[in-house]
Amino acid sequence: MDRGKFVERVLFLLALSSISSLVIITIFIFEEGLPLIFHTGLKDFIFSSHWAPTKGHFGIAAMIISSILVTLGAMVLGVPLGLACAIVLAEFCSERLRGLLKPTLELLAGIPSVVYGFLGVIWLVPLIRNYLGGPGLSLLAAAVILGIMILPTVISISIDALTAVPDVYRDGSIALGATQWQTVHRVVLPAASSGIITAVILGMGRAVGETMAVIMVAGNALKIPTSILDPVRTLTSNIALELGYAAGRHREALFATGIVLFVIIMILNLSATLLARRK
Amino acid sequence: MSCFPAKIIAALKRRQRPGFEAGLRGSFWPAGKLLRAGILLLSVLLFLGPGGCRGKTDSTSPAICVAGSTSVQPFAEKLAEVYMEQHSRTRIDVQGGGSSAGIFAAQQGAADLGASSRELVQAEKALHEIPIAWDGIAVIVHPSNPLNNLTLKQLRRIFQGRITNWRDLGLPPHAIDLISREEGSGTREAFEHLAMGKTEVSHGALVQDSNGAVREIVAGDPYSLGYISAGLVDNRVKAVAIDGILPTRENIKTQKYKLVRRFLLVSRKTPSGQCRAFVDFILSPQGQRLLEAEGLVGVK
Repeated sequence: MDRGKFVERVLFLLALSSISSLVIITIFIFEEGLPLIFHTGLKDFIFSSHWAPTKGHFGIAAMIISSILVTLGAMVLGVPLGLACAIVLAEFCSERLRGLLKPTLELLAGIPSVVYGFLGVIWLVPLIRNYLGGPGLSLLAAAVILGIMILPTVISISIDALTAVPDVYRDGSIALGATQWQTVHRVVLPAASSGIITAVILGMGRAVGETMAVIMVAGNALKIPTSILDPVRTLTSNIALELGYAAGRHREALFATGIVLFVIIMILNLSATLLARRK
Repeated sequence: MSCFPAKIIAALKRRQRPGFEAGLRGSFWPAGKLLRAGILLLSVLLFLGPGGCRGKTDSTSPAICVAGSTSVQPFAEKLAEVYMEQHSRTRIDVQGGGSSAGIFAAQQGAADLGASSRELVQAEKALHEIPIAWDGIAVIVHPSNPLNNLTLKQLRRIFQGRITNWRDLGLPPHAIDLISREEGSGTREAFEHLAMGKTEVSHGALVQDSNGAVREIVAGDPYSLGYISAGLVDNRVKAVAIDGILPTRENIKTQKYKLVRRFLLVSRKTPSGQCRAFVDFILSPQGQRLLEAEGLVGVK
């Protein structure tokens, strides 16, 4: 066999391995988790909020609600900030400043999540406890930390979307007498909208899936939160907190939690892909 | 699960063959083969999962398999580590899984020794039980909290979520930040058994995944209340007396303190051979000293 063919085969196999691991993970999660969903019934599993797995109660409603709220909170904080950053970097910034800011933002993505969590615990949580009340470990703390964590994702994909807008659009708009800001928000942003929505959805995927930092700052209580200062437990935290000890039905219930998470993230990613393709 | 990586590394080390090091440093292919062998071994080990400790022993040195309570696990690992240093021909595999799983494994003979942090019930009493240590569960508050004593009933009502304000305990009004452990934790299991009766811990309680994390929060939050293993109480938190009795070493040993559990090893029949030697080691002054150094109270 000649060398070129050999290398080609090897690369093909490697490419297949990434797909096969996705398939294996999917099969594994569903195989481990589905028995429990059949056992308790999908309705009871998703709509009950009574979670006491060692006593036979498997309801994850509170965690689904918490996951959604934490993610929304992170979006409310992270998206405007991230989008504003992206607009500045792509449209208003001098070349030199961009050369400094962009690598810095990319560095933000390289900080391990446990570090964010640690900062949250020693700095943000006492701040919330002392000035806003409650135990500090809360929905708010998780949302703030996640809002910061999704910034790199939102910013870098938004910048790509903005810079992909052809310069003739800008030139045309300026030639018609529009100011630079008018050009950005009337011409460039609409033209880049599908890319920006993709950025938001991928950021959302990151927020839904983040675990370590959330466990550290969210407090992990099981009830449905009634205020942003209440402690919450997300789907990911639930799995990571309890998997170490779980056996039997309890273990299945955690994998079933994984199925719910898997479906949510698949929906988010698929919609991001579809939106990106629409362009 | 957490012990897996360490175990795999240890297993690989034990399987060291001549040329292992040379292969890595030498040409690319032997290293590749080794890598493949390693991956294969890893996947086999992973798929064997809990209870698989029978399969991977080699015939020359039968391993002792200890499985069960995750509360006992770190102490058992420590004991095994020291024991294996002194007896290089013995291998001891320590696994988690929970008390019930450990007792079940011992009944089935899947584990030589089951580790339990709860007492045996009914049919389980047929097993041979070896108490190895006492552990108290201390209820802790912030050092600035004037609370010194709780009755068991008050404690239960707090954790049931029926007392939610310090005012109800005669202190300045403020919500109690209640901290519990995650479902499945041995400490939580014991706490529920000793303090909660048949009732459930309130869903409003914060949940942390280790004794250390609970202590960290209580040390930082003046309005919090949690429970941890008595051996881990330090001067950043304050242990509260239960029914007027503090969780001191003496009170735990005499069981005057209410929230005390025994750590047990259980086996299907009276241990013999290597297993016996390991049990004797745990009960020896050296073994008991090791447990005391880790914060438990010895049985001897």
